[in-house]
Amino acid sequence: MQLLCPAGNLPSLKAAVDNGADAVYMGFKDDTNARHFAGLNFTDQRLLDGIEYARGRGTRVLCAINTYPQASGWPRWQAAVDRAAALQVDALIVADIGVMDYACRRWPDLRLHLSVQGSATSHEAIRFYHQQFGIRRAVLPRVLALPQVRRLVERSEVEIEVFGFGSLCVMVEGRCMLSSYVTGQSPNTFGACSPGSFVRWETTGQSLESRLNGVLIDRYSEQENAAYPTICKGRYDDGVQPQVYALEQPTSLNTLELLPELMAAGVVAVKIEGRQRSPAYVAQVTRVWRAAIDACLRDPVRFAARPDWLRELASLSEGAQTTLGAYQRAWQ
Amino acid sequence: MNETTKKTDLSIRLALGPVPYYWPPERLLEFYQQAATWPVDIVYLGETVCSKRRSLRPGQWQELAAMLEQAGKQAVLSTLALVEAESELGAMRRLCANGRFRVEANDMAAVQMLTELKLAFITGPGVNIYNPQTLSLLARLGLQRWVAPVELSSRSLADMQHSRPAGVETEVFAYGRLPLAWSARCFTARAHGVGKDDCEFRCLDDPQGRLIRTREGEPFLNLNGIQIESASTFSLLDQVPAAMDLGIDVLRITPQTEHTAEVVAAFHRARSEPGAPPAADALDAYMPGDRCNGYWYGEPGMALRTA
Repeated sequence: MQLLCPAGNLPSLKAAVDNGADAVYMGFKDDTNARHFAGLNFTDQRLLDGIEYARGRGTRVLCAINTYPQASGWPRWQAAVDRAAALQVDALIVADIGVMDYACRRWPDLRLHLSVQGSATSHEAIRFYHQQFGIRRAVLPRVLALPQVRRLVERSEVEIEVFGFGSLCVMVEGRCMLSSYVTGQSPNTFGACSPGSFVRWETTGQSLESRLNGVLIDRYSEQENAAYPTICKGRYDDGVQPQVYALEQPTSLNTLELLPELMAAGVVAVKIEGRQRSPAYVAQVTRVWRAAIDACLRDPVRFAARPDWLRELASLSEGAQTTLGAYQRAWQ
Repeated sequence: MNETTKKTDLSIRLALGPVPYYWPPERLLEFYQQAATWPVDIVYLGETVCSKRRSLRPGQWQELAAMLEQAGKQAVLSTLALVEAESELGAMRRLCANGRFRVEANDMAAVQMLTELKLAFITGPGVNIYNPQTLSLLARLGLQRWVAPVELSSRSLADMQHSRPAGVETEVFAYGRLPLAWSARCFTARAHGVGKDDCEFRCLDDPQGRLIRTREGEPFLNLNGIQIESASTFSLLDQVPAAMDLGIDVLRITPQTEHTAEVVAAFHRARSEPGAPPAADALDAYMPGDRCNGYWYGEPGMALRTA
């Protein structure tokens, strides 16, 4: 099983490589990828440096071009595909049908992975992308329970990658418009969810309020830790309770304890979310997961997630807590 | 094929989208008996949100489709938007191979099945068609009509119209609470403090979904099982002439719990007399909440642009 780690910039790429990632994934400095944040991502030269660094240490580099171009922006996505191909990345992570069509015709030897933003939740949907564009791997949205992942892998004609750790999308990826409903910018169209430029923190009396384009997402007392105002993790009035995490609370996905099952299911890679996080974060998470995967490979039967690993991952999580998310039926 | 410049009476058709909520069988049957008498040209039928909702059996949906066809409508069977279980794929496969009615694919699994069956198909708003390249590729595979993603602006739609392949019709979500997201989690069950697997069909208690307000009391979202809708109702009533100018073929009205007949009637008047468009607020009294139209103008979906 491969460990795929986030590289928001060159220092993070090096941190992931140095701490045992089998592959890293990155994006260009524009809206062609789903972490379109200020100060993040790669120029061509930085990517070239990154590829050289990674290759020298046996690590592969994957390039995410996983947002949805509209007609006026199309040349930018086409150029991103051409740049990544020219720089000889090991694979493209793509979501849009038009982009896939272009990439597989223009660069037939370039390996394509279906991004989680492609929103394929069944082997039938994956087959579409395999038959039409020859994708070699699909990344599963975070909506399937573990037995469903197992069945999907059995029936899939391509490799399957799943999310292992990091920020938790509560909604099926690639079809969530909560962010554009409030801000006009969504992961699909802009490459960011709840973009920072729309975030306002306001202190009123004893409380701290977080707003997204004016909409009150949460309100914190002095004793509470404030979280980034992601719409699906705010507190609202659901008609039963006046202030409740109606959708989800701030938490991170952590599937470390499912490693033996994911391996047995035939999942080929686990992805660590977090291109927007610091190099120190990437180093820490990569180190823990490398150790865990190695331990699981050595002895899957007796594998147990070590308490110190879980503590370390929890300390790096949103709200300092983790969940198995949809893998566990009870979460649903 | 393309009637983009024709501006005669009824050059734009009206569609009734699938009912998003869980209604008991009597309510659904009564709703469609009435719909058969409304001036809509196309009716989309079926459960698209949750496979546990089984008010009507597949055969009953097809009987409704036949009844609507008798009434002069095009009846289309819509597939589930978020597929998780193998059993859901089986049901989808049978629906795609029904042999009589067109199918609206709300997920790429359905597109794949219809493509393998070599059937012409329609895609719903959850299938990501954002650019002409995608539209062309799907057209080669049998796409007959596409419903644009709700977040596409009129400007982007104009680009799509400009280069759309011959024979492909464009449908736009023109009225209703916006479908914004789907999840593995059932939010209605969660609000009631029960698990998804033992949900006791609590969404039967919320025939128009469950409203979520911000802690300032502002209506914000609407929970509909595993789906999240906007609390506000999107309306292009005053933009019908603009949609006709863009060569949009079909306007979709999403059913609401009350007053859908009045909504259809207002859109029918608007398309019949494009020279005298109705006031944007003409339907406000019939909406379950506020009105919004931001997406059409390339703004946040919740925004309301007034003339």
